[in-house]
Amino acid sequence: MLIFERSRKNRRNPVQAPHAEPAAPGIPQRFRRRSRPLLPEVSELQVVRHYTRLSQQNYAIDTHFYPLGSCTMKYNPRGCNALASLPGFLSRHPLAPEESHGQGVLACLFELQEMLKVVTGMQGVSLTPMAGAQGEFAGMAMIRAYHDSRGDRERDEVLVPDAAHGTNPATAIMCGYKVREIPTDADGDVDIEALRQAVGPRTAGIMLTNPSTLGVFERRIHLIAEIVHEAGGLLYYDGANLNAILGKVRPGDMGFDVMHLNLHKTFATPHGGGGPGAGPVGVGERLLPFLPIPVVGRHEDGKYRWLTEKDLPRSIGRLSAHMGNTGILLRAYVYMRMLGAEGMERIAEFATLNANYLMKRLSESGFEMAYPRRRASHEFILTLKREAKETGANAMDFAKRLLDYGYHAPTTYFPLLVPECFLIEPTETEDKATLDGFVEAMRCIRREAENEPEKLQRAPHTLPVKRLDDVRAARKLDAVWKG
Amino acid sequence: MPFVPHTEEEIREMLEVIGVQRIEALFSEIPPELRAPSMEGMLPKALNEMEIGRLMRERAAQDGQPLCFVGAGAYEHHVPAAVWEIATRGEFYTAYTPYQAEASQGTLQLLYEYQTMMASLTGMEISNASLYDGASALAEAVLMAVRANRRSKSKRVLIPATVHPVYRKVVRTIVTHQGIEVVEVPYCTACGNVVPDSLAQYSEGDYAALVVPQPNFFGVLEEVDRLTDWAHTNGTLVIGLINPITAAILAPPGEWGETGADIACGEGQPLGIPLSSGGPYFGFLCCRESLVRQMPGRIVGRTVDLDGKAGFTLTLQAREQHIRRSKATSNICTNQGLMTTAATLYLSLLGPEGLERVASACHDNTRRLLEKVVAIEGVEPLFDGEFFHEVVLRVDLPVNRLLERLAGHQLLAGHSLAEDYPELGDAFLLCCTETKTEADLERFATLLRETMSEMRSS
Repeated sequence: MLIFERSRKNRRNPVQAPHAEPAAPGIPQRFRRRSRPLLPEVSELQVVRHYTRLSQQNYAIDTHFYPLGSCTMKYNPRGCNALASLPGFLSRHPLAPEESHGQGVLACLFELQEMLKVVTGMQGVSLTPMAGAQGEFAGMAMIRAYHDSRGDRERDEVLVPDAAHGTNPATAIMCGYKVREIPTDADGDVDIEALRQAVGPRTAGIMLTNPSTLGVFERRIHLIAEIVHEAGGLLYYDGANLNAILGKVRPGDMGFDVMHLNLHKTFATPHGGGGPGAGPVGVGERLLPFLPIPVVGRHEDGKYRWLTEKDLPRSIGRLSAHMGNTGILLRAYVYMRMLGAEGMERIAEFATLNANYLMKRLSESGFEMAYPRRRASHEFILTLKREAKETGANAMDFAKRLLDYGYHAPTTYFPLLVPECFLIEPTETEDKATLDGFVEAMRCIRREAENEPEKLQRAPHTLPVKRLDDVRAARKLDAVWKG
Repeated sequence: MPFVPHTEEEIREMLEVIGVQRIEALFSEIPPELRAPSMEGMLPKALNEMEIGRLMRERAAQDGQPLCFVGAGAYEHHVPAAVWEIATRGEFYTAYTPYQAEASQGTLQLLYEYQTMMASLTGMEISNASLYDGASALAEAVLMAVRANRRSKSKRVLIPATVHPVYRKVVRTIVTHQGIEVVEVPYCTACGNVVPDSLAQYSEGDYAALVVPQPNFFGVLEEVDRLTDWAHTNGTLVIGLINPITAAILAPPGEWGETGADIACGEGQPLGIPLSSGGPYFGFLCCRESLVRQMPGRIVGRTVDLDGKAGFTLTLQAREQHIRRSKATSNICTNQGLMTTAATLYLSLLGPEGLERVASACHDNTRRLLEKVVAIEGVEPLFDGEFFHEVVLRVDLPVNRLLERLAGHQLLAGHSLAEDYPELGDAFLLCCTETKTEADLERFATLLRETMSEMRSS
């Protein structure tokens, strides 16, 4: 039932509304709206009950194992939320003067910038991008600004491996570039020969994720950096998989010139049902002048202030109305302070331990791995190609059946290179028993696939709805309730 | 180890299954020369929750709790307690984008309800499931209009100088690489809005879209009907940029002119989102149904399951980056899910009448404050156009120094226009919402009067 269907005309909730008369007689008639908006007229209890019940129809990290590859669904500490939600932080207006009414929050943000420099090996950080994709945009816009500043305007191509996240090519296009795909070899590494063929005077740069979306570490990253740099291009690091290497190897040391971080992945800020994220960017020496503004600076007298156009005249500019998703940045700050140096190094260790353990157990249970000769990073790919052929139940059917077993499904059908694939990322915050339970569920589901495949094909059976008709959703668009 | 549950015994068992001696062996594929130095000494020592709690409380307290009359794109409103109590339930807070629809019906139905509310509030047919913030929503609206306008081959867009200055900067950052040119439309310095007849100078040119803010950055109401009709006569699409609170009373973009605006967007923060130093907020984007395939971002649709029962799912994904890659409408991936959850709760708790009362209280308070401050010597309202809940005042003293001194008295009186609109002289923009009491308005007027007289005598 929709909230609108609980509505009754003239039901009111006066405790939430001001005493003012609704008419606002001072506004002339020609500016006024003719029809009342369709908002529900419901009591506070109805609202609370309706949305509490809706929440119960979600799988979430707090309720279920959520091994969604490439999304790093780790525990979001409640303390981060509580401390970022202190009244002083929540009520601060973004334009409140920073000197008299902003030193507290700016101190946190400045220290966050500094900590992110340490963990990435970058020379400068701007916190302003509001999501990973916006960080990518900022990064590629900086690459463009760099080439333009040198009068190097012939570079109109960006190289993107075929396994890359969809945001990479979409971002390159938004920055006015053409995209050139680079194939992957049989072991999941970038095809070096193809790369050598592709680079040249038109190469603006390459966008890479390492470990890649195939769940393996790109071993020849130094060689790739050499080839691209020699051709005059720059290296962009997609920070989506930073959780895998935190404290072990830094993008700056691998030869990357610019990167973004997904704080909602590596630094445990909430995914919130799809946002808000935060996508700070880090840069090496060459791109420092182009960082998006504002950036937090510290004066010699120890005071913090926002650096703007005046301080960074060659900046690519502003990306948000204010200074990015501060509330999310504060959560990441609290998380990093709770971890400290040692805790930070443990992230990659245990994310990798969990992934390799789960991969080994599934492999021993007879599931086929896409890259069996490789060590898993923080995630790995399993292909259900054989099961699909033999039983008729495909990866999507397995995914939907996992929901019945109380597990959120891994990422399915991505990367597109591997047929019938699951991209599985357990994260470091899950315990061994949870991983064992997942293996057991996968084995049960395969038995079901062999004996009664239709059980999978019609799954899920125990959720609020059964398999939904996506084709109809797109063909007969119903995106707004019409009563 | 913070947030890592493994016991020593479990670690041993797991390593044995994998067939290695030490965790370190799992990183054998990383070339040794790339290995990072230890971060020990480079990062602060770990704090437990009690210790970081103390530090954060000190930092939050440091920024004070001034009486705030600043608006300029972020607005203080009452947020019902139930909004964030429910929005931060783990099931909303820790879920991700609803790719597995059957396991995400809560988020999906909520987004469908959100889309319905926003479409109705803006008077449009379709809403997406949100964008990052108001400024980036405007940039996406501009890109969308350029793609969608089939009558115009132009990549030029008209944006009045009465649009938030930072929004205009953000639009430039985001659209310039696609060869889009932003042409600034001047405003009337007496009335504070765009004079519709002044658009005649653009009638010969070919423009893909005209942005119409309502209310505009100065808080002044634009002649939206005439601006919209001018644009449509000239084959130009109209992007309405609105404050969603004011839409409870003001005509929504869908009602503008003969046929309504084509796209509506804006900052969603006033709908239950705390000020929080500027984010996270959310942008909303609504449009005519005929433009839906040019829309960026997630869209939720209602459909049926195998039993014919209604359910919800992400739809029209062929527009999006994870399917279309380089041919997507935008690189946007995440929206602002949690913020739209809060906004949906807010709009449900307020209802149509409650929202109207909020809007009306904002307007009334602003009117009353204006009456008080214009009685002060050296203070005058700058524009004679109709306003909603923001007003530009001119003072006969250096404005930045005045605002700074008032901040010293824990009064944030407004936002200085000296930097963005130097032609206006010593002017600032103030905002008054429903949160202010008669005593607050008195305090504003008294402090302003006293501080100005102190400055004159010193």
